[in-house]
Amino acid sequence: MSVKQAREFIVSKGVDSFFIDLNSAVKFNLRFFKEVFLPPYEGKEIIKQCYEIGWKSLPLISLTGFITGLVFTKQSRPSLAEFGATSWLPSLVAIAIIKALAPLVTALIAAGKVGSNIGAEIGSMRVTEQIDAMEVSAVNPFKFLVVSRVIATTVMIPILMFYTGCVAMLGSYLNVHTNEMTSFVAFFEQAFQKISFLDIFSSLTKAVVYGYTIGIVGCYKGYHASQGTEGVGKAANASVVVSMFLIFVEEILIVQITNSIRG
Amino acid sequence: MDNERQNRGQDEPVIKIRDLYKSFGNNDVLKDVNLDLYKGENVVVLGRSGTGKSVLIKIIAGLLTQDTGSVCVLGEDISKLNDKELLELRLKIGFSFQNSALYDSMTVRENLEFPLVRNKKHLKRKEIDDSVERVLQAVGLAQTKNQMPAELSGGQRKRIGIARTLILNPEIMLYDEPTAGLDPITCIEINNLINRVKENFNTSSIIITHDLTCAKATGDRVAMLLEGTFARQGTFDEVFDSNDEKIRSFYNYNFIK
Ligand SMILES: Nc1ncnc2c1ncn2[C@@H]1O[C@H](COP(=O)(O)OP(=O)(O)O)[C@@H](O)[C@H]1O
Ligand SMILES: [Mg+2]
Repeated sequence: MSVKQAREFIVSKGVDSFFIDLNSAVKFNLRFFKEVFLPPYEGKEIIKQCYEIGWKSLPLISLTGFITGLVFTKQSRPSLAEFGATSWLPSLVAIAIIKALAPLVTALIAAGKVGSNIGAEIGSMRVTEQIDAMEVSAVNPFKFLVVSRVIATTVMIPILMFYTGCVAMLGSYLNVHTNEMTSFVAFFEQAFQKISFLDIFSSLTKAVVYGYTIGIVGCYKGYHASQGTEGVGKAANASVVVSMFLIFVEEILIVQITNSIRG
Repeated sequence: MDNERQNRGQDEPVIKIRDLYKSFGNNDVLKDVNLDLYKGENVVVLGRSGTGKSVLIKIIAGLLTQDTGSVCVLGEDISKLNDKELLELRLKIGFSFQNSALYDSMTVRENLEFPLVRNKKHLKRKEIDDSVERVLQAVGLAQTKNQMPAELSGGQRKRIGIARTLILNPEIMLYDEPTAGLDPITCIEINNLINRVKENFNTSSIIITHDLTCAKATGDRVAMLLEGTFARQGTFDEVFDSNDEKIRSFYNYNFIK
């Protein structure tokens, strides 16, 4: 339907192909929601992908999370010190990390690492005809490759986000402890004073949405990679660019929605 | 031979292609293609690169859809099947890809098991192992079972690719350029393998190639694809006993180069 409309209302080649692409992206998403519920279930492959996506991102996520917490605390201290309010540091940091930094940092790191990986992997399977080979051997490649990866990212990104949050708070605690001698218990008591259930729920929602986005964009770009090795590089690159863009858009939307619920 | 032909007259062909057209944008690739494949026969489709040979067998396997015309495989019109029926039909079709299309992230054994464990859920471990063993023996590569595809030579990859399709006991085999990019001796091995597969697995095959040695060695019948349509069909000698400029030059080019 919308393809036809786009062709009738041609503005330029770019606009035309944008709508065609949008149409096929929407279909791709719908196909995911249809196939995710239908048997056969590729349980083994899902677990394998969870491991690949979660476990292998840990080193990078740990480092980034820790440094984010530490540096953010260090840089915020002078401003608070001007008002003699360094005691607010733990709750300020907790709000920043839990409400904004942890989901965003996790998602951006994962978009770069996991998204490009998925795009390249599926893209190379497309251009070397491995996806066609699955299809002719009566195996559903969408289920085996796409559904398993999208489930894995949707499950693992929230878990990684919690982990990033913990590591970042730890980094922050180390900085606060060395400067203000605050105890571990006191730090976390203060930190969580200003955090509500809605904050955590909203961050969790964000992480689930980002995880889905990273998985589906990587798979879509890989699945539709053009022939040749060049197509693989393009698919990997586009996976990162498009998923990061979508993550920012979703961030804004979810923050708006959360604020209106709170309001 | 004559007797065989008469029998065919009564048999319904396993693949029947009528008035097939396919284009990509302004590029008319296939223009009025007609072809019959009978049970137990190897038909070679010859043609230069880019004439649409791969497109033709991808249509037969349901990977691409034609613009007009009909393709019947084992009595079923491919374009009229629903997803489930198409899957069932595909179990009976083996497809050997030009670049083998082995799954890079899996060992040879996992490659071979892949279609089997997903399509025949009732099989026990022992039966799966036996099937893997059987097809590896059939292609003569039992020793490679635990290797990764990247560790295999081009010819070995080709043979594993064929083994992977044989594991489902297909009735029809489609080979896309089985000898492309291989050295002459490996080519002969692959040709022999194709003939052995036909004998031992009772398959009917379409073999796509631009290699005349392969065509001569494996083809019961040859069909020459020129500019999107079959210019000539018949035995190898019948096809090349022609004064047509394009057919002559195709023949000469193959033996001069
Ligand atoms: N998916 C596709 N999209 C657009 N054009 C294609 C596609 N597949 C093949 N073609 C075009 O069809 C023609 C025939 O291709 P192909 O069947 O691969 O040739 P060959 O006979 O060498 O196997 C080529 O011109 C190619 O560009
Ligand atoms: Mg080809």
